[in-house]
Parts: sequence; structure tokens; C-alpha cells
Amino acid sequence: MKAKANALACCGALGFLLTACERPPVDTTQIGYRGLAMEQVTNPRIYAQIQAVNQPPEPLPPVEAAGPLAKDVYKNVQVLDDLTVPEFTRLMLAITQWVAPPDRSCAYCHEGADLASDALYTKVVSRRMIQMTRHINSDWKPHVADTGVTCFTCHRGNAVPANLWFADSGPVMESRFLGNRAAQNAPADSVGLASLPNDPNTPLLGEPSQDYIRVVSKTALPVDNRKSIKQTELTYGLMMDISQSLGVNCTYCHNSRSFAEWDGSTPKRAVAWHALRMVRDVNANYLTPLTQTFPRERLGPHGDVGKVNCATCHQGVPKPLNGVSMVHDYPALAGRAKAQ
Amino acid sequence: MSMLSFEKKYRVRGGTLLGGDLFDFWIGPFYVGFFGVTTMFFATLGTALLVYGASLGPTWNLWQINIAPPDLSYGLGFAPLKSGGIWQLVTICALGSFVSWALREFEICRKLGIGYHVPYAFAVAIFAYVSLVVIRPALLGAWGHGFPYGILSHLDWVSNTGYQYLHFHYNPAHMLAVTFFFTTTLALALHGAVILSATNPGKGETVKRAEHENTFFRDTIGYSIGTLGVHRLGLFLALSAGFWSAICIIISGPFWTRGWPEWWRWWLDLPIWR
Repeated sequence: MKAKANALACCGALGFLLTACERPPVDTTQIGYRGLAMEQVTNPRIYAQIQAVNQPPEPLPPVEAAGPLAKDVYKNVQVLDDLTVPEFTRLMLAITQWVAPPDRSCAYCHEGADLASDALYTKVVSRRMIQMTRHINSDWKPHVADTGVTCFTCHRGNAVPANLWFADSGPVMESRFLGNRAAQNAPADSVGLASLPNDPNTPLLGEPSQDYIRVVSKTALPVDNRKSIKQTELTYGLMMDISQSLGVNCTYCHNSRSFAEWDGSTPKRAVAWHALRMVRDVNANYLTPLTQTFPRERLGPHGDVGKVNCATCHQGVPKPLNGVSMVHDYPALAGRAKAQ
Repeated sequence: MSMLSFEKKYRVRGGTLLGGDLFDFWIGPFYVGFFGVTTMFFATLGTALLVYGASLGPTWNLWQINIAPPDLSYGLGFAPLKSGGIWQLVTICALGSFVSWALREFEICRKLGIGYHVPYAFAVAIFAYVSLVVIRPALLGAWGHGFPYGILSHLDWVSNTGYQYLHFHYNPAHMLAVTFFFTTTLALALHGAVILSATNPGKGETVKRAEHENTFFRDTIGYSIGTLGVHRLGLFLALSAGFWSAICIIISGPFWTRGWPEWWRWWLDLPIWR
């Protein structure tokens, strides 16, 4: 009787755990040589949902480019001074649709009737973000190629992009030493629920130039390698983050026989290499300098500005918005006009 | 080959599953049997195919020879010989010889009138292999998901397959399998040590028997499982290790496509602390 009850309990527990799983059929894509197990494995039922939320909006109807320059008609046009009035107005409408809360519309950035006023912080930030977008589209082609980015790539209709990161030093431990997890060993979404350091972004993506990511020795014996386990775990934490952000596994870029070797890696890894540098550039040169511009409630617990990583644009798919280029519909964001 | 004096009485006819008396004889110390013949057939053919596959490849370096499965695009169909067909034939030969060997063990058990523990144990090992090259590929829809036959190449497969799920150590069945593997070695070490201790007494002392062994473990860990029990425990631990290994790879892909750490969200979502 007791044995029967035990067996029933075990079956019940196993059944419960199976509900935490997925079911076949699943989709697989071969990346490497046959038998190498470099494959992407996706659940078509989950992937359909992710793809559905990664759709670009309908582009606004195109306008005649001819007309006077916006800077000659409006006051205080500092960045979009190469656009004609119709182009300028169309872009403003698009940005309103992409970023501003519907109930605020133009007033989210423009104060009252004086559209030229810089009184609202949102307008100052927007101007810098337009510069950033043009910088990314013209100077970071090794990553964004001709697909490019627009405000919508990150914002998706939200005033604040849904996927930003702030410095996270883990729970504050008052004055006790015991129980201090050093911001790791607790499941965090930032590292795919692994026990890895919860905030790999601050040390690896916050600084413009320092590259702590490469921890693997370049020689057979690690004679001159001063990288610690902690640094290695930060790297792995970042890699978990990248993988979650793109909805891919490690073999999308790496042959795990040697993570460091470029020969065995896929071409995607080179694209990601540029991405890491692009993200550092954006964080250090565009977002961090805006720290004083933002009001306190927009800053993180450590008073730092919201910064970007892979998830900010990618949002669960290998190519943001499933690879649809919105820049083609809004060439004003691709960079400064050729004539200038 | 000489026969030990008592060996004759174990060489009894009958007990075969197939072929009746046809192969019911011994060559030297080895029982032949119908399944001995099929084992030899499949093993020889499979090995020859591996050598043929190696001859097509770029190297004779034993470490680097690689007989790879077909591309995923062939699905569950046959692939051309040089594009993974050899792997498919070798797999058939391996399955044929492994299963033949298990059936031959059954026949020998029947001749000896002993239990079927040995063939059942071997069957669990075969199940683990079948999981890798038949069950999981079938569930994923392509033979190309099987592992390649090669000393280094199969290790690359293991590594990459693990990294398909970001951190394989979070796979719950892998956790169980690893735990059982380690526990098997611990149990074997404890058992082997106590046997060596009991059978190698100090100078002038006699060989110690079960009572001493039991007393040793009752004194150290409070319990002795006993001379018969330790072998049952060993079998359970070893078979569990193989069984959960098979489960851990079957569920990776067909029943979970994301990182294994993420699977544990159900634990974080338990209503008692969510």
C-alpha cells in the first residue's frame, strides 16, 4: 500500500516536471559541418509568438522632398538641418508614433506652443538620440549593415525602451558580511537564470575601451593568463545575455571546441564583435553623458542612466524586427544628407 | 584451448532463442550460438565500413578519423554513402551487434539457469546508445542529430550539443545521471576497499568474512547493506546513471529548446515564494 502511494507520488512529481517542458516537434537549423552539432533549436510555437511582437509599423506615406529647409523655417533646428520641411514634419510624426505616449503626443517633448523650446528634458534627449541613430547607421555598418536602426528598433512605441540595463550590485547586505552573494549565485533574468554574475553589463559594456571579455589563454599552457574565474564568469554571464537577447544558442557564433578561435567560428561572431564595440560606444558617448539631463526617476538605483545591450534592439530575435529595414522608409535617419 | 575441470558441467545444450541446435556449440572457451554469428557479422561489417569511411576521409590519424552523420536536410531518409550513408549503415551494424550480443547473453543465462541481470544491465547501456542515434534523432526529425563516430569528433558533438542549451549542467536529468555516476564510483570504491581489507589481513591473522565487513560499515556510517545488497545497490546505481543519461539527452531538443537554466523557472514560480 505504502509502495503504491510512493509510486503514485513519484509519477505525479514527474508529470508535474514535464509540464515545465516543451513538446515536439521542434525546428532545427544546421550551421556547421554535418555531425558537428552546431545547430539552432527553436520551438515554432514559441518563435511564432516572438516574431509576432517583432513587427515594424506601417511606414507613413512618403512626401515630396522639395521645399525650404526646416532650419530656415523653424527655430532651433540643430541636428536635422539638412531636411526640407515636408521631410522634417514626416519624421516628427513618425517619432511621435514610435516614442511618445499617445496621450501626450507632441507635448511629450515640446513645451506648450513654443516648439523651439528646449525646456523639456525629453527634447534634449531626443536630439541626442537622433544624432546617435545617424551615427549608428553611418559609422557602425559592420554591425547594422544597410538594415540600419530607427527610434522604433529600441522604443517600439514606448517612451522608455523596454530593454535597458542599469548597474546592479545585487541586494544590499547592510553591515553583515555573511550572506553577501557578490551579485551572483542567485537566478537573474540578465544571465538566463544561471548562477553567473547578475550584472555582466557594467564591467563589459559600460566602458568604451576596456576589453575584459576575452579570458581564454592564447597558448596551450596558461602561462601569462591573469584572468580570474570571476572574470571568466562575467564573460559567460554576458554570453548568456547575448544568447537570450537574440534567441539563439552558443553555436550560433561559436564552435565550442574553441570559443576563442576565429577559424572555427561562424561569420555571425564577427558581426557580434562589432556589436559589442558599438554598444560600448553608444553607452559611453551618447547615454552616460545624458545622466544629468534625465530626472532622478529615470535613473537606476545607483544613479546611472539606462543603457543599451543586445536585448535593447534584438528583443529575442537574431535580427531586430526580423531583419526588416525601416531606415529605407526614413532615409533622414540613415545619416546626414550627401549634399552636405 | 583447455577446459577447466568444472567447466564441462556448464556446457549444456538448449536454451537457445533462435536457430535451435544449429549454432549450439563452443569454439574454444566461447559459446557461438545464432546470435554469436550475427554479432560477428554485424561487428565485422560495421568495422569494415568504418575503415572504408576513414579511407575516404583526409586522415588516418586515429584521433581525427570522423564518420559523420548526414546533413539535417536528409531528414529521416537515407543519405548517399559518402554524405552520411556510411554513418547510417554503421549505426545499423552497431545496433545489430549490440542487440545480438544482449540476446546471446540471454541464451547463456538460460543455459546456466541464472537470472537475466547481465543482459538487462547491458540493455540499459544499449538504450543509452539508441537514445542518442535513434530516439532523439527521430523525435527531432533527422538522422543528422546523431553523434559522429570519431574519437575527437564525437567530443566536439558532445560539447556543441551541450552549448545548444547554454548550460547543460542545469539539465535536471543530467544532474541525476552525473550524481548516479559519481555515487557508483563511490560505492565501488567503498566496496572494493572493504573486500581488499578483509581478504588481506595483517600478518598472522586469518582472512575476515562478512561479519567483519558489516561491522566496519556499521561503525563508520551506521549501516551495512550486506554482501548481497551491495551488488544490488551497485547495479541500481550503475543502471540509473545510464538510464538518466539517456533521458537527459532525449529531453534536450524534443522537450526543451532553450537554455537549461531557464527550465528552472517553475521552481522560482512555485506559489509558496513567488
